Amino acid sequence: MHKIWLIIQREYLTRVRKKSFIIMTLLTPLLLAAFMILPGLLITMSGDEETVMVLDESGLFTGKLENKEGMKFVPLAGSLEQAKEVYQETDNTALLYIPKISIDDPQGITLYGKKNTSLQTQVRLENILEKEIENQRFIASGLDRETLDKIEANIKLSTINLSDEGEKDNNAIITSAAGVVAAVIIYFFIFLYGVQIMRGVIEEKTSRIVEVIISSVKPFQLMMGKIIGIAAVGLTQFLLWIVLSFVAVTAVSAAFGVDAAPSPMEHYEAGKIAAEGGSTDAEAAAEKNELANTIQDVKQSFENLPLLLILGCFLFYFLGGYLLYGSLFGAIGAAVDNETDTQQFMMPITIPLVISFIMSYSVVLKNPDGAVAFWMSIIPFTSPIVMMVRVPFGVPAWELALSMGLLVLGFIFTTWIAARIYRVGILMYGKKINYKELSKWLFYRV
Amino acid sequence: MSILTINGVSKRYSSHLALDNVSFSIPQGCIFGLLGPNGAGKTSLIRIITQITGADEGEIYFRGERLRPDHIKDMGYLPEERGLYKKMKVGEQLLYLAQLKGLSKTEATERIKGWVDRLEIREWLGKQIEDLSKGMQQKIQFIATVLHEPSLIILDEPFSGFDPINANLIKDEILRLRDNGATIIFSTHRMESVEELCDNIALINRSQKVLDGPVREIKDAYKTDTFQVIGNGQLLITSPDYKVLEQHENHGVFRANIKLENNSTPNDLLRYLIERVEVHSFIELVPSINDIFIRKVTETHA
Repeated sequence: MHKIWLIIQREYLTRVRKKSFIIMTLLTPLLLAAFMILPGLLITMSGDEETVMVLDESGLFTGKLENKEGMKFVPLAGSLEQAKEVYQETDNTALLYIPKISIDDPQGITLYGKKNTSLQTQVRLENILEKEIENQRFIASGLDRETLDKIEANIKLSTINLSDEGEKDNNAIITSAAGVVAAVIIYFFIFLYGVQIMRGVIEEKTSRIVEVIISSVKPFQLMMGKIIGIAAVGLTQFLLWIVLSFVAVTAVSAAFGVDAAPSPMEHYEAGKIAAEGGSTDAEAAAEKNELANTIQDVKQSFENLPLLLILGCFLFYFLGGYLLYGSLFGAIGAAVDNETDTQQFMMPITIPLVISFIMSYSVVLKNPDGAVAFWMSIIPFTSPIVMMVRVPFGVPAWELALSMGLLVLGFIFTTWIAARIYRVGILMYGKKINYKELSKWLFYRV
Repeated sequence: MSILTINGVSKRYSSHLALDNVSFSIPQGCIFGLLGPNGAGKTSLIRIITQITGADEGEIYFRGERLRPDHIKDMGYLPEERGLYKKMKVGEQLLYLAQLKGLSKTEATERIKGWVDRLEIREWLGKQIEDLSKGMQQKIQFIATVLHEPSLIILDEPFSGFDPINANLIKDEILRLRDNGATIIFSTHRMESVEELCDNIALINRSQKVLDGPVREIKDAYKTDTFQVIGNGQLLITSPDYKVLEQHENHGVFRANIKLENNSTPNDLLRYLIERVEVHSFIELVPSINDIFIRKVTETHA
């Protein structure tokens, strides 16, 4: 046990001290922070400076265009030619020309710009003008905006799960996201660090140190030490990513005064809502209310997710899947002389992983309780990924227990196979290995 | 007393028999030559002794006890295929390998210090293995093999890859270790390279032991009572007690290989020669281990 600990230490320390590890660990959270902050930052920056000059010959909009949310209106007088000249001399974003129109036929409004005006600006202006003309038409037809607001209905569906455990709020998007994120992490972790195990074994084989080592320790200890050591490297990187991402995102958003993680879409919607509102405070309040409701919904969905269960399952399938595949990767490394020979043996390992990944998206998400989802979450080779997608939707306890039990058995089984291939393979040089040869190794007496 | 006793060991791989009922023992404190051509089964036997693999049949006793896993901390093994972690620093690597053999960190550090001071390679400790020359790497590997002061040191083809200077340095170190009480096994197919160093040998050919014992005794057993004489004068031997195997003459100097027969002694031959010619040199022709091996192998296959 003391020796396996030494091996774990070596495997861990040599990897953690590598430049590539340090760079990857530091760079990823920064990129993530940049990815989350930049879109919001860009929108705010460009949104700050919009000034639109208005030449209103119809007089319909006089005093109706209010400055708001990064859009400023400057009224002009005179002819269109004069206005154009004035506009050319300024840095303003655009010139809005409203010819003599009536509210019944509001055609011919033109937006002049020095560059291509952004679609966003165009849509916002259209919305503002539409709203104003609608308002005037209501007044003309004897309705006012307040009456209309009373008529307008706003429906938002709440979805609730009726299960044996009682009623539960359920937001399908949040639920699937939690599972998919966990599954994706497990998938990449198995691949990234499984290949590292394989490379490590090949390195020991090609540098011929393996015979020295196994005259001190058992091959099984060497293999397990490597697998556990690399798992620790992965977990370290993972934890650092979480901590550093949090720090980076907080720091960057504090520095730039931007809300962390506003999606561009949300921002656009917010702008639109703000642009649409305006005529009455009541409407704005209603819109705000609705937004708050949505946020509340999302929050509630998170709170209703069995977070502890998901976290527990994640850790279990994360380690179980890694150990199951990791020992197989180790066995491949032992069977070959160099990395180019690994192809033929990699196939059978990658296929179940890739299939479970694809199926998670295409089938399991749509029907988390179907037959495909059931079987794939029970079979150990696919369960680490597929079960993670299912767990947030709620899985019967017996299925979870069966899947976990089988994963443990599967892990013991692959480790047994891997250990047998490993102890023969690490001392075998210059021999082309095929599956028949490998199967013979399983029953060698060493 | 023998440190290692090998008793009827056989090892079979799927297609061939690597060791066939091999038995011999290795006395404590000697330098033992495990000799034989490539593919004879030397490495298979060493891997059984170092417990990398197990024997199919037979037993091995280490200091009188049946071989146990914890015995490996008393053995040091330098495999024929040398290798170290390329990306690891010399000091860390030595420490790691010594700790794997069961040394405590402080003890290992102290011993590493002793070795690098004696070999004057202190400045190597911080270097990565891949930055060292091949000869330097071999030295490091030798240190790693003996750092835990094993009582049995097994060296597979120890001098391959060493330049003559380093080979001599390693030879001296080996003799020093022997004088400190360690037993050393040399495994090699180049028999002449270890002949002068070995006290005892075992010859292995085609999975079988063909010969073992102290080098002196083996040579005595295989000596042919032949003497090489160099001198001046006309050599003409008429006695039936001496048989001339070979004779050359050049400018009045002769050289002859003479075999003693009918229980005559070297002194008889010398007396006989002195009466007839002027003797410059008189040496016994002792067979080399290589000669003995070839004779033994051709005998067994004849």
